[in-house]
Amino acid sequence: MSTVLILADFVGKKASKTTAELATAGARIGEVSAVVLAPPGQGAECAAAINVGPISHVIVIESDSFAGNGVAAGADILAQVISLKNPVAVLIASHAFGKEIAGRTAVKTHSGIITDAVDVAADLSVTQLIFGGSTTVTSKISHGTPIITVRPKSISPDLVPASPTVETLSLLVSQSSKKATVTSSQPPVQGGRPELTEADIVVSGGRGTNGDFAAVEAFADSLGAAVGASRAATDAGWYPHSHQVGQTGKTVSPQLYVACGISGAIQHRAGMQTSKAIVVINKDPEAPIFEIADFGVIGDLFAVLPKATEGVNARKA
Amino acid sequence: MKIAVCIKQVPDSWAEKKMVNGLLDRVNVDAVLNDLDEYAIEEALRIVEAHDGNEEGGPNTVTVISMGPERATEAIRKALSMGANDAILISDAKLAGADALTTSKVLAQVISHGGFDVVICGTESTDARMSVVPAMLAERLESAQLTFASAVTVDPSTKKVSITRVTEAGVDEIFGEFPVVISVVEKINEPRYPSFKGIMAAKKKVIEVKDLAAVGLEVENSWSMVVDAVLRPARAAGVRVTDDGSGADQLVTYLVEKKLI
Ligand SMILES: Cc1cc2nc3c(=O)[nH]c(=O)nc-3n(C[C@H](O)[C@H](O)[C@H](O)COP(=O)(O)OP(=O)(O)OC[C@H]3O[C@@H](n4cnc5c(N)ncnc54)[C@H](O)[C@@H]3O)c2cc1C
Ligand SMILES: Nc1ncnc2c1ncn2[C@@H]1O[C@H](COP(=O)(O)O)[C@@H](O)[C@H]1O
Repeated sequence: MSTVLILADFVGKKASKTTAELATAGARIGEVSAVVLAPPGQGAECAAAINVGPISHVIVIESDSFAGNGVAAGADILAQVISLKNPVAVLIASHAFGKEIAGRTAVKTHSGIITDAVDVAADLSVTQLIFGGSTTVTSKISHGTPIITVRPKSISPDLVPASPTVETLSLLVSQSSKKATVTSSQPPVQGGRPELTEADIVVSGGRGTNGDFAAVEAFADSLGAAVGASRAATDAGWYPHSHQVGQTGKTVSPQLYVACGISGAIQHRAGMQTSKAIVVINKDPEAPIFEIADFGVIGDLFAVLPKATEGVNARKA
Repeated sequence: MKIAVCIKQVPDSWAEKKMVNGLLDRVNVDAVLNDLDEYAIEEALRIVEAHDGNEEGGPNTVTVISMGPERATEAIRKALSMGANDAILISDAKLAGADALTTSKVLAQVISHGGFDVVICGTESTDARMSVVPAMLAERLESAQLTFASAVTVDPSTKKVSITRVTEAGVDEIFGEFPVVISVVEKINEPRYPSFKGIMAAKKKVIEVKDLAAVGLEVENSWSMVVDAVLRPARAAGVRVTDDGSGADQLVTYLVEKKLI
């Protein structure tokens, strides 16, 4: 059976849900080998973290060049694994790091690349949503080893327990991939809430919160949701930049997106309009966000959110 | 110090976009300078302004490089009127529908001929939204990749460049030495508006237009093909209620009905 490589995606030391999603897509095409890029001495631990999803093999490579998300080193190693294993396709998570690795790997291996896939079929045709989700495009890569980045939360993962065979490769990172040096690295601040791009529900606040996110957070917590923010809110320093949703923030596609005090500028919509259901709370009936709302409340978020929070909590009790 | 800024002309984000024969219809749509590239131009200008400016005859230049149809000169003029010195436009019918691999190949060839110390890009084009061209350029040019920068410090005397990289993976401090490829996030600065003087001066600045032969490249066809493009059904108009005190209850009822809670 042919091999499909996926690049294992981690959040801290845990394999992210995206890893299982990549594996699920990969298993439609062939036998899945997950490539793990680990810092020195952490290979076994990282390999052991790959325990969910239809994954047959884990290929571990350790290098100090992977510290701080070395894109160049990652692509260098991935290209070497490709030439050793000759996969029919390579699937990578579609975020900044994943896309950049994919780009460099495509150049190195003379392969076509498609980013931001929302689906990958057994015949390797790839589905993307473009123009803010208004158009569905199906494409195929005609050259080299297809390199495809897949958007988190697009594919419903097969969460079978995995007990893959583990192979450790000792590969060297070339000198030309060591041109950038990382001097310090801080992981994103993780509160008790789910990760934005992995959450099933996202509650976001904008300028309408006037800097007070308490009501937004309380509603999010009642739903077990992640908290997002518009750029107006992150720019004002009301919420960390890492929570920004939109063109220059994160793209989210949850089951439910709740926009509170957000007008719905095109740059914000670019990051959330493929959400399955969209709920809006805004006091301006003319706000463009209502155009894409499945359910909209014209009202003051400070009045509506606390009551809605109570209502949700009451149902749980 | 020679800086190149890569800019792209893109369809206006607000404009209705259509696919024709599997390609974006770029002819019948308003085109603008990719807004994320304005931050790249601004950052280039700030870097030279911190080190003796980019007056003619001085030590620094900012060159705008773009690949696209002839019409991209409009976007280029904007960059020149902000204060860039000159520009190169690579324009060739054979490049219509070029993918990121081809784009980066062409840009890299022009950049390596120009002998630039620093290349600055936006983090993504608002049409393709791939965010891969800067990384591909670093790969092809064997330059240090310093992408997703929210802050950039350049020291021309030591040729050292350091950046703060912000992505979903956290915040990294990264440095490299000339030549480097940088991409900047929109948090980095506030792009200036072209002044009247700048607009007048831009009219006299040189835009060198080259075709593929002049660049010295043969280009393969795109390595991915669109098989099908269909318009998705528009979102059905939703329910809208005005809060008269019962808005929250109606919202919760909606969530329950839709099995969202
Ligand atoms: C290059 C570029 C990139 C960008 N990238 C992004 C991005 O990634 N993400 C992003 O979000 N934006 C982005 N933007 C900014 C975007 O254009 C908008 O400026 C921004 O999204 C507006 O945020 P907002 O909706 O919170 O604020 P506003 O547009 O000011 O809207 C606030 C809304 O809150 C409502 N409101 C006020 N008070 C209340 C209340 N008490 N109760 C209920 N409603 C209330 C108002 O009616 C209004 O509709 C980008 C812009 C540029 C130029
Ligand atoms: N045709 C082009 N001409 C010049 N620069 C480009 C072109 N395409 C992309 N770029 C640069 O690469 C960045 C990222 O683009 P992309 O990878 O297409 O999202 C842009 O912000 C530009 O700086």
